[in-house]
Amino acid sequence: MDSALIPEGVKRCSFGKFIFWIIVVGAVLLWGVFAMLLCWFKGLNQTNMNDAYGFAVWIWADLAVIALGGGAFFTGLLRYIFGKDELKNIINYAVLIGFICYSSALLILAIDIGQPLRGWFIFWHANVHSMLTEVAFCLSCYFAVLTIEYIPLILENRQVDKVPFFHNLSHNMHGIMAIFAATGAFLSFFHQGSLGGVAGVLFGRPFAYREGVFIWPWTFFLFTWSAAACGPCFTIFITWITEKITRKKLVKKNVIMLLAKIAGWMLATYTIAKIIDTWYWAAVTVPSKGFTLMDFYSNNPLYGIWILVLEIVICGVVPSIILITKKGRESSFLLISAVFLGALGACVNRWVMVLQVMAVPVMTFESWPMYFPSWQEIATTILPVAYGIILIMISYRYLPIFPQEREIEQIG
Amino acid sequence: MKEQHKNTKAKKYGMVIDLDKCTGCGACMAACMAENNVPFKKDESNKLDSITWMRVYSLTNGKKFPEADMCYIPRPCMHCEAHNGHAPCVSVCPAVATDYNHETGIVSQIYTRCFGCRYCMAACPYHARYFNWWDPVWPDGMEKYLSPNVSPRMRGVVEKCSFCFHRYQLAMNKAYVEGRRELEEDEYQTSCTQACPAGAIIFGDLNNPGHAVNQIAKPDPKHGGRPMNPHAFRLLERLGTNPKVYYLSSREWVRRAGDNYIKDEGKQGNH
Repeated sequence: MDSALIPEGVKRCSFGKFIFWIIVVGAVLLWGVFAMLLCWFKGLNQTNMNDAYGFAVWIWADLAVIALGGGAFFTGLLRYIFGKDELKNIINYAVLIGFICYSSALLILAIDIGQPLRGWFIFWHANVHSMLTEVAFCLSCYFAVLTIEYIPLILENRQVDKVPFFHNLSHNMHGIMAIFAATGAFLSFFHQGSLGGVAGVLFGRPFAYREGVFIWPWTFFLFTWSAAACGPCFTIFITWITEKITRKKLVKKNVIMLLAKIAGWMLATYTIAKIIDTWYWAAVTVPSKGFTLMDFYSNNPLYGIWILVLEIVICGVVPSIILITKKGRESSFLLISAVFLGALGACVNRWVMVLQVMAVPVMTFESWPMYFPSWQEIATTILPVAYGIILIMISYRYLPIFPQEREIEQIG
Repeated sequence: MKEQHKNTKAKKYGMVIDLDKCTGCGACMAACMAENNVPFKKDESNKLDSITWMRVYSLTNGKKFPEADMCYIPRPCMHCEAHNGHAPCVSVCPAVATDYNHETGIVSQIYTRCFGCRYCMAACPYHARYFNWWDPVWPDGMEKYLSPNVSPRMRGVVEKCSFCFHRYQLAMNKAYVEGRRELEEDEYQTSCTQACPAGAIIFGDLNNPGHAVNQIAKPDPKHGGRPMNPHAFRLLERLGTNPKVYYLSSREWVRRAGDNYIKDEGKQGNH
């Protein structure tokens, strides 16, 4: 039925099957949209946030998807600036995942603020001292860059490409993509960093606070670093899932191996930096505020020292070792486990730097407030996932996302 | 007039709360809510989503009779100065909806500017900032009793204690009409100060040696305003927030409860 729109030389499932799954995921999307409208029209009383948890699951989701979307800027940087040419075979998918992650982040932010119609105040009345201002500016600009990077992909659709104007536009946009990749990397460095700075500058919250260089706390650099490490991990992981669902190989092994190796070294160096940061924070910063490390990991029902072990050892050290060793990368099971753990590590880190920061009592006569999100918060957090799946489904079906797909299919 | 205003010495309004006098009656909380049109719900039992610009905490020393002791700590906004006005909340607000006034030392909250990101709440270690999760709904007829000097806040914005800033404005207006540029100590007092039956709350200009707050707390300007009075302390002094609310207590365990210490660290005095 829609075969004229499908890229030449590749196979896709039947239109009926495609629509069926679109409807299934669309139902989840509508559930999220309903919850979103409730939050917009009835207010944030629809959530389980409270005055202790001013930041909660949405901000975590925001930070997590931005970190996971980091594959776009870092793969772009490697491909266009450092000349890792093999990565051209996965850059489209990295851009698509980045586009989904960043558009989701902006949507979540629009739901999260108490007065959504005043959202533009952050640009109009900008406070240059606030990390959130930097986040807003860089995030919006980088989303524009990702849109520019995604447009040539849309223009490569078989029917759209027949129009000479679009064909030429796409060709010319490809020609100048290195400029956008460089711009994207520059913007990403700052917004990934300033997201780390959001927590790191909170000198009233010893659990989050970090010293640093000039105006930037160490978390500024750690967040950028971890995004560059876990973003490619997430790209590899989603590519693997897509291959499992479509039951075919979409990207050649050497491409995945190269990206996995780079991600591994980024993750390994990040983990070392994170260990040094944690050690300094625990040994110097925290005692200077009158706390011990274990004050942050005891006397509460959830946050034990396990979360630190999970973040640094299980999701940092272990995947790093797997990814930097050739044997580890070449075992499919170990590779996928490692990229999953790498991506999970960034999510755990963002969780800790948002939710645990809110939970740790600072005044001596307070206790740990606990929090569980309302269904509206859960639905609106799942909403971007459903939206992402739908966009991937449509893009995969109608656009030449994987340049090697036809070649692999012919060989196969 | 502008020149004259420029030449007046900057104020640093602050509070001293004598915890040995506080009985925990809550009159300060009630007075604050009435004075500042603070909204309330039918059920206020969940303290995590109800608004109390002034909140009284109760503490115990954790000991058994006969050593058992308790203390109430009234907690308004601390109007932190931190370093040069970069209070924890002021420096993070992305839209300058909260600001540090160098003329008065008061941290303002501009309700019509706030877009409800709640970053300031995340930044405040005192939990002095509150979000309007609901639109304010007043019981029938109560609108008539609202203060015309304080704007009620809408859903989706953050609010907090303003040190009854509208009273400062009214007092300054009166002074200007009378040709004065300076206020007497009793001309500008917060509602909680006036409501406290025990006289535990004292309010005034910490920069003015003639004001009681200065004489009692004896803030040391060379050390970020730390009190020189050995019985005075500030909450979470070690974080560097440089708050303008001082507490007094003759009991060491109370003073020690004001900040965090590693076991056995800093016993006998915390400054």
